[in-house]
Amino acid sequence: MGVSAYFCFVAEDLSRIAAQVRRDIVRMVYLAQSGHPGGALGAADILTALYFAHLRHKPYPWNPTGLGEDVFILSNGHICAAWYSILARSGYFPVSELATFRRINSRLQGHPATKEGLPGVRVATGSLGQGLSVAIGYALGKRLAGDPHEVYVMLGDGEINEGQIWEGVLFAAHHQVGNLIAIIDRNYKQIDGDTRTVLNTDPLEAKWEAFGWEVLPLHEAHDLPTILRTLSEARQKAHQKRPIVIIAYTIMGKGVDFMENDHNWHGKPPNKDQFEKAIAQLPETLGDF
Amino acid sequence: MRPRYENLGSRDTRSGFGAGLLELGEKDERIVALSADLASSVKMDAFAQRFPHRFFQCGVAEANMIGVAAGLAGSGFIPFVGTFANFATGRVYDQIRQSVCYSGKAVKIAASHAGLTLGEDGATHQMLEDIGLMRGLPGMTVISPCDYNQTRLAALRAAYWEWPVYLRFGRPSVPNFTPPDDPTFQVGKIQVLLEGKDGVIFATGHLVWHALQAAYALEAEGLEIAVVNVHTLKPVDVEGIATYLARTPVVVSAEEHQLWNGLGDIVSWVATQHYPRRVVRVAVQDTFGESGKPDELLEKYGLSTAHIIAAVRKAIANA
Repeated sequence: MGVSAYFCFVAEDLSRIAAQVRRDIVRMVYLAQSGHPGGALGAADILTALYFAHLRHKPYPWNPTGLGEDVFILSNGHICAAWYSILARSGYFPVSELATFRRINSRLQGHPATKEGLPGVRVATGSLGQGLSVAIGYALGKRLAGDPHEVYVMLGDGEINEGQIWEGVLFAAHHQVGNLIAIIDRNYKQIDGDTRTVLNTDPLEAKWEAFGWEVLPLHEAHDLPTILRTLSEARQKAHQKRPIVIIAYTIMGKGVDFMENDHNWHGKPPNKDQFEKAIAQLPETLGDF
Repeated sequence: MRPRYENLGSRDTRSGFGAGLLELGEKDERIVALSADLASSVKMDAFAQRFPHRFFQCGVAEANMIGVAAGLAGSGFIPFVGTFANFATGRVYDQIRQSVCYSGKAVKIAASHAGLTLGEDGATHQMLEDIGLMRGLPGMTVISPCDYNQTRLAALRAAYWEWPVYLRFGRPSVPNFTPPDDPTFQVGKIQVLLEGKDGVIFATGHLVWHALQAAYALEAEGLEIAVVNVHTLKPVDVEGIATYLARTPVVVSAEEHQLWNGLGDIVSWVATQHYPRRVVRVAVQDTFGESGKPDELLEKYGLSTAHIIAAVRKAIANA
């Protein structure tokens, strides 16, 4: 069996999962009449590939320290609708709980939190720029504990405006945090518009290289076999001296045509007409919550 | 006969922290330390040399340091971060709020050079708002020990306290007067240093020694003033403070901190809840500090022994 055949087989299943995740995102945000659909839709494929084919993780029993498994942190916490769907559908908590997203007395807070005890979430995120540092801490913890697993952290490309990100970028290279794999959701969109007009971060690959990171561009960021290959390459290159960053050229709003590449869908729920248009584009593959 | 607290030999409280951290490191592999380019000033250098693999130099990048510490805490380690009080609080307030307190990560924040008495560096470095900032955070414990021995002990206790801890101490050499393993020091409880029927001074940090000197000076006038060390500013020992409020209408608070949001507010809050009293506050009066020697600054900004004596007299006049 060739490697590509293996990936094609897995990718077919993964695409069914990612389709349901997208449907979950739109339904959650519509039901709550609040949330962040654009970034969540854009990251759905990568997060699906991570949780269903790449991470060595144990949904149950939930292990908050993450020792003995791979750890994932969503630093751009506002796209948590995608993450919640994936955590639920990989067994961290009941899928039915997705209906409580952003509602009173829910564990599914508007931005990820630990206070309510939601399995899968190890640190609160939402105020941007903090998750990379926390991920570095988990990675150092693994190093000290002799745990051979990796720590993954997703960052938004607007989020990397934050100064703390660059403190962490310096630190991880200096301390040779080789068990750390960052993934930048490079959709070129942030709340006020295009990243190149709000606060330009180009040339992004050159910047991270210059800071001493191993940079892996991911151009086909919605093609599941390509995502899986890039994640595998990252793992192969991990545990050396350099931290790794995957720069994933995603499309914000991917999967709902009128949301694609439109920064206005950063943090806005669809109205009834928009919801019906969107849901018609998103097949129910695994059963709705 | 009231006890006489003697100076066992002046030392800086930050060295008490350093001694405690080193002891912790010897006993427990989970203890890790992080510094933002101030390891020697905060007295973490002995730990760093003894346990290089458990020490992380973060450079002048405090926000990242707080986050890394949160991740280490999440992994099961006991991280101490060390820097100056202003860089340990105001500069990284949101990181402490979200990554530490809201996330339930028991990071220990060791904040040196607090208050006016760091001296010559001046107001940029003289943090006077930190108690207020830290005690406003749900889940945070705030400890402000009074001398070298107590700071060492506070570091030892902070490590095994299940919550995040803000441990506040200072730069200058000050009288060391509590015993080395003081059994009367308990996190979350007031420490009664002197009993007295004619009034009470609630003090914290460096000003505890000055409160004792004020109480001794007032003995010459036949006054017995109690001195209560409120080393833990959160959780507040409401019952302990209320007990002393009930005994006397002469109430003074003394702290090397702004008038707002510190010990004076804590005592007043307990008074409004449990035993109404007027509280005369010795604190910095809503102003920034300046360069100078520690004693000159305490004198100029109204925090000296003489000012505490004057505050007691004012409280007696009020009563």
